[in-house]
Amino acid sequence: MKRLSLARMVLVLGVLCLGLGLISVNALATGPSNIGLAEVVQLFFGVGGSAADLRGEPAADIVLGIRLPRLVLGLLVGAALATAGVIFQALLRNPLADPYVLGVSGGAALAGIAVLALGGLFGIATSFVPIAAFGGGLLATALLYWVSGGPGRSGPTGLLLTGVVFNAFASAGIVFLASIAGFFDGSRIFMWLIGHLSAVEIDAAGMVAISVLIGLVVACALSRSLNLIALGDETAAQLGVPVDRHRRLLLLSTSLMVGAAVAVSGLIGFVGLIVPHSLRLVIGSDHRLLIPAAALTGAGFLVLSDTIARTILDGRELPVGAITALIGGPLFIFLLRRAQSRRPLP
Amino acid sequence: MTSVSKSNEALRFEDISVELGGQPILENVCFEVAPGEVVGLVGRNGVGKTTLLRLAAGSLRPKSGSIMLGETSVLSISRRLLAQRLALVPQDLHVPFPFSVGELVLMGRAPHQPLVGLESEADVTLALAALERLGISHLSDRGIETLSGGERQLVLFARALVQDPQFLLLDEPTAFLDLKHRVEVLREIRAFARSGGAALVVSHDLSLAARSCDRIVLLETGGVAAVGSPRDVLTAENLRHTFGIETLTFLGPDGALVVVPRGFAEQP
Repeated sequence: MKRLSLARMVLVLGVLCLGLGLISVNALATGPSNIGLAEVVQLFFGVGGSAADLRGEPAADIVLGIRLPRLVLGLLVGAALATAGVIFQALLRNPLADPYVLGVSGGAALAGIAVLALGGLFGIATSFVPIAAFGGGLLATALLYWVSGGPGRSGPTGLLLTGVVFNAFASAGIVFLASIAGFFDGSRIFMWLIGHLSAVEIDAAGMVAISVLIGLVVACALSRSLNLIALGDETAAQLGVPVDRHRRLLLLSTSLMVGAAVAVSGLIGFVGLIVPHSLRLVIGSDHRLLIPAAALTGAGFLVLSDTIARTILDGRELPVGAITALIGGPLFIFLLRRAQSRRPLP
Repeated sequence: MTSVSKSNEALRFEDISVELGGQPILENVCFEVAPGEVVGLVGRNGVGKTTLLRLAAGSLRPKSGSIMLGETSVLSISRRLLAQRLALVPQDLHVPFPFSVGELVLMGRAPHQPLVGLESEADVTLALAALERLGISHLSDRGIETLSGGERQLVLFARALVQDPQFLLLDEPTAFLDLKHRVEVLREIRAFARSGGAALVVSHDLSLAARSCDRIVLLETGGVAAVGSPRDVLTAENLRHTFGIETLTFLGPDGALVVVPRGFAEQP
């Protein structure tokens, strides 16, 4: 009987860590300026010359001051979005759930923009943006539950429709708020709406890291409960899970992760759909492995997408959200079609 | 199967009344399931059989009355402790994710495991033994969504056995099964009762219920019509009254009661 063993977990997570390391080094060694692998290796591992030799050089400034913060935020945001996808899918028993598709990211972005645009009028500092984004994500999640009447009640499409409508509302709200606040810099609004890692503020990294860490710890601790909740609330309760308490904890910590991610990167879509779906095909559905694997894979996927976004056009940069949406959109359509054809007759 | 020391406590339905969506379903239902006993729950569709199982599992609240495990109401026991003592086998299960049969059966160990961790060798041994006894070892690595309805039922039954409870609540456990597997499942239920457990089995197959149950609870609209031994409860008179059909009931060559439907009862 195949089952989750420690050896299997170590193997899968080890391979993913290795891949993540390679993707990270590649991200640090790639960019418009002519600083490559040799400098990165020297800087971090002291190979080919002492790391101290590069101090104060442009190479060090670019790698440590520009590429590294962007890498760190990319890792955190990717991990947060992919893990959130896995959790929403299990809680809602819907393989199509994803923080972006469900409108949770939209709610977070709208609240974040509101503080950014109007906070000044009420003396609220911009450092409250992440907290507002967390609240916005939480409210959007509550709305989703309220409209759908709970998991599994309205079928896959009812939930998604709610998400689509809420996303349209949030996007309009973002544009409206940004306009009245005088952000006529269209590109800035555009970047919020499509999701990016280019306006990196390393000050935010600590807050994002703590939020993502809390979210991951809660998700890993409750991953066995997630296995059971994925079978249905009643079944989970009959197998001893305090469903309401665990769900509340998971929704809170997931909204925290998504809020933090959105506050620094805007609306990056579909990471929570692409990563869990691909992983389930390879490693199965056990959340005890799926959660940490999704965090690692999401981190790697987003950093790789961002590296592509930075380099695919000569001299210009694409928002990473464009790359993830170009991959995720078609996948979503494919999954939706499959879900509908599999749905049992009413 | 290794088994926790079964206590001598009974599962008692004490004066239960239930409403679903504002509609009264059952009123003043009283009966008990004692250790060592297999009790059949029979009655027309929609009369409240599944509702009674869900009440016992703590998934529904009665409007009045209580379901007692020994001296404690099932609603006042923690979910985890209740799941260690009582397992429900639902009619079917739809899983939107491709869990394997082995994974699903091992989930039956959840109430005995800590919050975080992997299954122990002992857990796996229990799961393998349950699969073996139900003759579905060969399915252990298959995705649950690839199984037939009958195979899924056996998997759910295996999960409940692995849960190692004192009480088994079974909702039409043989509905989708072929004759061989029906006999196997009923044999397991009897073995479970012999080892000190107790089972409450919803069934529409009255002959099978008569053969495998110590007592029968016959439900009619609104409450209990009769409780007692199969011979006392499954009489032509009672069945005419509750199902509205004429039946032929007789003792088979081995002394077990056989119930054969003949046609509709004449309207009074």
